[in-house]
Amino acid sequence: MEDEKHLENFQNYVDAEKKIEPKDWMPEAYRKTLIRQISQHAHSEVVGMLPEANWITRAPSLRRKVILLAKVQDEAGHGLYLYSAAETLGADRQMLVEQLLDGTAKYSSIFNYPTVTWADMGAIGWLVDGAAIMNQVMLTRTSYGPYARAMVRICKEESFHQRQGYEAITALAQGSPEQKEMAQDALNRWWWPSLMMFGPTDDNSPNSQQSMKWKIKRKSNDELRQEFVDRTVGQAEAIGLTIPDPDLKWNEETGHYEFGEINWDEFYNVIKGNGPCNRERLKARNEAHDNGEWVREAANAYAKKKKSKAA
Amino acid sequence: MSEKDNWPLWEIFIQSKPGLNHKHVGSLHAPDAEMAIENARDVYTRRSEGISIWVVPANAISASSPEDEGSFYEPSNDKVYRHPTFYEIPDGVKYL
Ligand SMILES: [Fe+2]
Ligand SMILES: [Fe+2]
Repeated sequence: MEDEKHLENFQNYVDAEKKIEPKDWMPEAYRKTLIRQISQHAHSEVVGMLPEANWITRAPSLRRKVILLAKVQDEAGHGLYLYSAAETLGADRQMLVEQLLDGTAKYSSIFNYPTVTWADMGAIGWLVDGAAIMNQVMLTRTSYGPYARAMVRICKEESFHQRQGYEAITALAQGSPEQKEMAQDALNRWWWPSLMMFGPTDDNSPNSQQSMKWKIKRKSNDELRQEFVDRTVGQAEAIGLTIPDPDLKWNEETGHYEFGEINWDEFYNVIKGNGPCNRERLKARNEAHDNGEWVREAANAYAKKKKSKAA
Repeated sequence: MSEKDNWPLWEIFIQSKPGLNHKHVGSLHAPDAEMAIENARDVYTRRSEGISIWVVPANAISASSPEDEGSFYEPSNDKVYRHPTFYEIPDGVKYL
């Protein structure tokens, strides 16, 4: 089936900026790449709820609490949109969930860092959601239709996530000296992991090229990372915080910021499972799943009862 | 394995305002139609995106096949007279 002709037609179709839909012919590798990418993305949304859920009960005001609740609920929704996009490619939902629970699936490494102060809620919304948005805005133009459409929905919701985070960290940055210190400390801890969210440098990212050719990805890791830095520096300055990078400087010629070397050893180490919270996240996710068992059972019992009544 | 494995997939259609068509927004799993509607409310209408929800078992949908895209829709291509721009109307004639 997978002859030259099919591949060529497929490439032409993608090059013409047409969207691939679930029942269209696609190369096996395209399908596999997408299932892996979309399910990892879904897992990231789901695990991403954990670091923030840590602060829901301790939010400093009712206002902040309802905001955080709504944001975390959105992330659950994002996970669901993405799982259903992966299913359109023939992936099995139950299997994807199991892969997350047994630790064989990957999710974004950023969520393996701990949230130690309230200021981290600000830093996450501002930086982590901010970095995710760069990537997700790009993906609204990805070549696979259901993935692109899920991204449109997600991006609409993400802008609130980033703004609420920036507002929360601004409140601290403009507060007492202790609060300001807390805000700066959060930025110090989240800055570099946020830059790592875009993945390895382009010359260390061998699969990227094929993804770009198939228009799954539309911009390279380094391009997105640069855009993120360019946007974020001014936002930090505006609230009197300092990006923790002594090498950061504006380059008049290129019109971009230059920034220091990322600690790639740390990046690969966290991916391998040795980040500060890898084990904790997996354990929490498994507990949540097990604790939800009775809800799933109750739903089944309820459906069965209604069915037998109707019969 | 629990019975969760057997939860069917539902395709979700949402009407955003009175008078508009229901539009496909995605899918979800649920044990029955009623719970699918409740879940769809939480998953797809958190920001007042809709006033009415349809849920359809995914396996109840039949679809045209993409391979015959060309020939299947071909019959309408040569019927340009189905479009108003096909007709010539004298200059100056209004409301037509
Ligand atoms: Fe999200
Ligand atoms: Fe978010």
